[in-house]
Amino acid sequence: MTNLTHLTALEQAKLIRDREISAAELLDATLKQVAKVDGRPGSVDGVETEQDLEKVHAFITMTEAQARAKAADVDRRIAAGEPVGPLAGVPYSAKDVFCTKGIQTTAAAKILNGWKPPYNATVIDRMDKTDAVLFGKVNLDEFTFGGSNETTAFKPTVRNPWDYTRVPGGSSGGSAAAVAADEGAISLGTDTGGSIREPAAFTGTVGLKPTYGRVSRYGVIPFASSMDTIGPLTRSVSDAALVMREIAGADPRDGVTGRVAVEDYLAELEKGVKGMRIGISPDYLKITHINDDGEYASAPIDEDVLAKMERAVAIFRALGAEIIDDVPMKNTKYSVPAYFVISRIEAYSNLQRYDGLRFGMPTKRETADMYDLYYKTRGEGFGYQTKLRLLTGLFVSQEKYYEKYYRRAEQARGLLRADFDRAFDPNGKYRLDVLLTPSTPSPAFEFGGATAKDSLLMQFADQFTSPMNFAGTPGISFPAGLSKDGLPVGLQAAGYDYSEAKILRAAYAFEQATADEDWRSVKPMALR
Amino acid sequence: MTQEYEITIGLETHIQLNTVTKAFCGCKADSWNDAPNTNICPICSGQPGSLPAVNKAMVEKGLMLCLAMNSNVNLTSYFDRKNYMYADLPSGYQVTQDNRPIGVGGYLDFTMDDGREVRVHIHNLHMEEDAGKTKNEGDIRLIDMNRCGVPLIEMVTMPDLHSADEAATYLMRLRQLLRWIGVSEANMERAHLRCDANVSIAPKGSKTLGKKCEIKNINSIEAVRTAISFEIQRQIREVEAGRKIEQWTIEWDNDAQVLRKMRSKETAADYRYFREPNLMPVVISPEFYEDVKRRMPEMPWARRARFMSDFGLPAYDASILTADRETSEFFEAACRTYAGDHKRVSNWMMNEVLRVVNEKGVPLSELAIRPEDLAEIIKLVDAKTVNTSTGKSLVDKVLETGKKPAEIVKELGLGLVSDEGAIKEVCRKIVDANPKEVASYRGGKETLIGWFVGQVMKEMRGKADPEMAKAILTELLKG
Ligand SMILES: [Zn+2]
Repeated sequence: MTNLTHLTALEQAKLIRDREISAAELLDATLKQVAKVDGRPGSVDGVETEQDLEKVHAFITMTEAQARAKAADVDRRIAAGEPVGPLAGVPYSAKDVFCTKGIQTTAAAKILNGWKPPYNATVIDRMDKTDAVLFGKVNLDEFTFGGSNETTAFKPTVRNPWDYTRVPGGSSGGSAAAVAADEGAISLGTDTGGSIREPAAFTGTVGLKPTYGRVSRYGVIPFASSMDTIGPLTRSVSDAALVMREIAGADPRDGVTGRVAVEDYLAELEKGVKGMRIGISPDYLKITHINDDGEYASAPIDEDVLAKMERAVAIFRALGAEIIDDVPMKNTKYSVPAYFVISRIEAYSNLQRYDGLRFGMPTKRETADMYDLYYKTRGEGFGYQTKLRLLTGLFVSQEKYYEKYYRRAEQARGLLRADFDRAFDPNGKYRLDVLLTPSTPSPAFEFGGATAKDSLLMQFADQFTSPMNFAGTPGISFPAGLSKDGLPVGLQAAGYDYSEAKILRAAYAFEQATADEDWRSVKPMALR
Repeated sequence: MTQEYEITIGLETHIQLNTVTKAFCGCKADSWNDAPNTNICPICSGQPGSLPAVNKAMVEKGLMLCLAMNSNVNLTSYFDRKNYMYADLPSGYQVTQDNRPIGVGGYLDFTMDDGREVRVHIHNLHMEEDAGKTKNEGDIRLIDMNRCGVPLIEMVTMPDLHSADEAATYLMRLRQLLRWIGVSEANMERAHLRCDANVSIAPKGSKTLGKKCEIKNINSIEAVRTAISFEIQRQIREVEAGRKIEQWTIEWDNDAQVLRKMRSKETAADYRYFREPNLMPVVISPEFYEDVKRRMPEMPWARRARFMSDFGLPAYDASILTADRETSEFFEAACRTYAGDHKRVSNWMMNEVLRVVNEKGVPLSELAIRPEDLAEIIKLVDAKTVNTSTGKSLVDKVLETGKKPAEIVKELGLGLVSDEGAIKEVCRKIVDANPKEVASYRGGKETLIGWFVGQVMKEMRGKADPEMAKAILTELLKG
């Protein structure tokens, strides 16, 4: 008997369409897998215990009843010969920032504990149209603030299925871990600075961050509205292509969505990389940071990651791609600090609405007046990281610092964007189709790693991903092998505006070329 | 000798646009008489994840107001967030326009009752969303979010006004203009038009402007006049008592007709404005701009001038007939159908039609009379089919029945009898029946002719052509 939960979404969908299995059977298998590997769901009262350390803990909420109803509906329609969508009967999960009507949506924040939105995110509706089956909502860093899932208010936190002592990455850590542990073939995530691509790299999954405006943000709890994007985490590039095809497109409810036609990304995959111009930039092969003397300094990235990069270049070259070396992306170094300013200002502003009155719970303590109510409710309801971002956002957004911070950060954003414009200019010197970079400077780190000393690579975990959020351009992280410690390493194919088809093609070509390599058959700890 | 003072006033107005839906969502914008929190959705109630979408009608009406106020239009403008936390502001920030609003500069000219021309300059016009309503009931603060997201234009004047009267007149002219171009109902009682006033005084000749006080919450033209007058008097009293004017924010309590100090000058709030990342820039295409411009109605001041120059109306008539767009259009339409003396139409308009409008307190459009009805009535009087007083009563009858004037004349037999034989018969009857009066008349009391005509008219229930009756009687009484 095939292991249904290890199949890709495309394979699962085909079995259901061909009536080899029913949607109900697949859902059962998926729920069984969750029961087997996931352990306790995250909750605000959760305290991590010894037993929790060997489970994935990807989920906060299971939506079993709704999922069973949907699966039954799909089975009925298939039996009746009625048409069904391309993902009919395929179970999927969504990061707990996607509003789901009548189903708890928490953003992994205590202040939203128990909130049931009165409406669905556009993407949830679109997935429903494909007849995919939402079976649960997964954990994340509180309000997506983090890259390790450690800031969630819903404990136990998500653990990396490859190594339980390591973080799954974040903020879409629950999505990445669920997909890596065969708890559904698809999970919807969000990416504001690398929140899809970093956890994808850390868990050996595929994570696609589309062009800003390619997928509607309506109904997705925001982090930094000018950079938030929505995309799939999957185990195969084709699944990512299929999901993107289904969720992309203009939405009148999200004014920044573009009217650019959505390509059939799945059909495009087979076109390969022959003749494709793939660029390598020295600025994406080192970490640039500001040292204690206030000077820019560089640090090398993890050597395993560098080795996988080199190997990938050789593979792409062998596949007929033209490799363009030394593409300057000189303003990459501004990304992290400028991203810090803009994302925190927008985050602070987006957090203003949480008063515990219209959604979530107000404080149970006595309050003297309205402001005291705000003070106590927010004091209790926001976690440490959220408070930190709020305070830094409040600080840098002061009118007197407008020129010093916001304006300069916007300028840096312009410079960074210009790097991309130059590299991808079809009439320019480099004329890239794809920029190949490591997704992260290192593989998944241990819990507590990002706040420890000598944590440069962890602190700068989003240096290779946040520029794309700044520039608004797409990037896909795909598995490129395992490190010496047996941890997944991810590489990123980054593209120009609306070039999802091209970066998917590159990732797919690599996936096909390495399909039979040994590391592909190594299973994560959770599946052994 | 008493010191004279220079008064300086600037007005900040909030204009509620009369769009069907709210600024950034599909909820009904006008919630008058609706139960609290019934016109709300995830967007205007600030649910996490919801996003705003710009209502094009708001931009169109904003553009119309810019054109009417002679403002420079920014073809690309931006929405910004004004951040502050308050219970009636669901998102914790107001979506407004800060450093690149739709309109910059501009002015409005108007004439005071004494004929003085005043020009008020505009600092800027910007689009924004309204907040909700807060109501305190004892210890409980009740929030109605129906008004959240209702589109507003905030328009700030330069300190160009120099008396309470000028401020009130400006606001009256503005209200007229808003209704004229159809962007707002401008009903102050319903807060479609809200006004805050900055008032300061300085001794005449003094170069330094006094500290200004801001009066909030002035919700009628009369209140603007009274509140500003009171504030001017208060400031003068302070100065004359040797005290310094402090920068206060003052509230006008309309029920008690008093000003109340709300707070002293605080450190200016920091709203941390930044671009609203959820909205694309507001781009007005040249085609859209031209289209809106082309569809702009003739402005009231231009129409008034034309009524004087082309129609030969006196200034008084022209002002009254252009007080609102409907009246002016009614008048012009009546003139077109009548195709005679415009002043004659003006008299009938003002004395008869507008009289009824005032008496009934309803807008012209809700009355059953149409411009062609008025023209027809005047023509009936001109043709002596009816006399003037019957003509006037015809106006009322049209209003009552909605029927055409000629139809009413026919149905009720109101037409003048000009049949000489019929009139002669009645005249003879009157002469025969009143020998005493006939004797008096013939004895030299010729003024009695009026009495005789009256008797004939009475007998004929007013329908006789009085001129004809008089001629026949004079003939008969000669004896
Ligand atoms: Zn609404």
